[in-house]
Amino acid sequence: MKKLSKTTKSSLITYGIVVFAYIFCEIFMRTGHMSSLLKGILVPLCVYVVLAVSLNLTVGILGELSLGHAGFMCVGAFASAVFSKCMMETITVPTLRFALALLVGVVCAGVCGVLIGIPVLRLRGDYLAIVTLAFGEIIKNLVNVIYLGVDSNGFHVSMKDAMSLQMEPDGLVIIKGAQGITGAPTDSNFTIGVVLVLITLVVVTNLVHSRTGRAIMAIRDNRIAAESIGINITKYKILAFSISAALAGAAGVLYAHNLSTLTALPKNFGYNMSIMILVFVVLGGIGSIRGSMIAAVVLTLLPELLRSLNEYRMLIYAVVLIATMIFTWSPSAIGFRERYSPAKLFHKREKGVQ
Amino acid sequence: MAVLEVKNLGISFGGLRAVDDFNLEVEKGQLYGLIGPNGAGKTTIFNMLTGVYKPTDGKILLDGEDITGKPTIEINKEGIARTFQNIRLFADLTVLDNVKAGLHNQKEYIYSTLTGILRLPRYHQAEHAMDERAMELLKVFDLDGEASYKASNLPYGKQRKLEIARALATNPKLLLLDEPAAGMNPNETQELMDTIRFVREEFKMTILLIEHDMKLVAGICEKLTVLNFGQVLACGETSEVLKDPKVITAYLGE
Repeated sequence: MKKLSKTTKSSLITYGIVVFAYIFCEIFMRTGHMSSLLKGILVPLCVYVVLAVSLNLTVGILGELSLGHAGFMCVGAFASAVFSKCMMETITVPTLRFALALLVGVVCAGVCGVLIGIPVLRLRGDYLAIVTLAFGEIIKNLVNVIYLGVDSNGFHVSMKDAMSLQMEPDGLVIIKGAQGITGAPTDSNFTIGVVLVLITLVVVTNLVHSRTGRAIMAIRDNRIAAESIGINITKYKILAFSISAALAGAAGVLYAHNLSTLTALPKNFGYNMSIMILVFVVLGGIGSIRGSMIAAVVLTLLPELLRSLNEYRMLIYAVVLIATMIFTWSPSAIGFRERYSPAKLFHKREKGVQ
Repeated sequence: MAVLEVKNLGISFGGLRAVDDFNLEVEKGQLYGLIGPNGAGKTTIFNMLTGVYKPTDGKILLDGEDITGKPTIEINKEGIARTFQNIRLFADLTVLDNVKAGLHNQKEYIYSTLTGILRLPRYHQAEHAMDERAMELLKVFDLDGEASYKASNLPYGKQRKLEIARALATNPKLLLLDEPAAGMNPNETQELMDTIRFVREEFKMTILLIEHDMKLVAGICEKLTVLNFGQVLACGETSEVLKDPKVITAYLGE
């Protein structure tokens, strides 16, 4: 029972940090103390936090390395942007439209997660990483060649060009291949972003501390033993992977609705992005949900805050990455931390007095 | 009636006949020992009983029901739980969570993933009941004080005990112990013997165990089957089997 309250306390602290950060930012924004640069980065910040926390579910909790997370984000982004563009006139309330778009994006990404998870999760370790990397790239490249239009006859899909859609004159091209989607409504804002972050955190922490989460972590720790006590390996692996994909889809929805033009570039949906998310997760501590959240925020803000240093900023960014890595994972650093941790020093002094 | 009945069980890996014509009958509440030199096929038999390997021929009946060739998960649900020769705990989970993972398929504690995420009343009720049941099991093995420890931080002897506790959490009809005393000193072995005896009394458990430690086998097993090169060498009451000259030659040395 004591342990239960401990985990509850820890998750409440995590939610508290988010709420506090939100209020803090809002006050700064309202009083005009925030630069437009920083304002512009608030929603992407939420996107990265959602991505990092959701990837942690695959890497930290399920214990499988996935390098295709940006692919699921891409699915969520495009599915929801298509939905929002089609519904632009029908639904005029932005929040409602966003909520429905979110549902569409999450479901599409989740289904993709199941479809890709079924063949891919038979692999483990490096092999799984390579195949997920490939799937991520496939999704991005597919989206780049798709032309999608809608007219009075319904939807038209082509992989050649806009002309081959053969639409009626009243038709509207939604996805223009590599040009992506233009003119979709920008329904998201910082408040929605923070709400989404909170939802993600609640979903992942509650999942981890449930019967399902225990089964998933049991598989991570020892597959053979998990099987021997009657845990269905395939089911829980796919479940964890697809929930992780669905949450990445949610991040994609937020991302898509923050921009008026959505294109699938290597920069936003390629493997660069997947690896960046992985960096957040590894740096924040594999399996630590609060850690990946904080790492995502710090590592997104850092390059922006260092902008005045011009060409040196990426250098400092790299140094911070390496230093954090050493501090978190190197055995001697761990020893050092244990020896000089504030709690321990305090404890020692207490003993000395006695 | 016999809880476990094995008839003419055999398995070949390519040209190698690892186990041949193996017969076994374990009565309810019995403590049965399976012994034999290294490579005799003891663990292979365990792996067939738990569905890790599919037998090439023969039949396995649990409570009269044919479970031959069923997948591991199904066999566990039917009522066979096991421990491993090399300890396989969920190292990063707490001691309590290890046992709770063992309760995974017990009807009274099942709730859906969505219930877990939304923390519906059923979640709190089931988790609370699980905590109580798990603590009860841990108390039997004197592990309740370490419930919140990480499993990997337990000393070796306690890890072995936790593995048995986890297996018992699945509420089995038959418990398979694969070399429970491996790597233990005489004191720990003595303590383990008491624990096994206690488990059998407390839970009315039927136990089949593989062991090398002759003191343990002679001390607690009622019946023995001796295996050599995949074949049954002798079978019967412990005291008689251990006197059998064939067994002494093959296993204990002349």
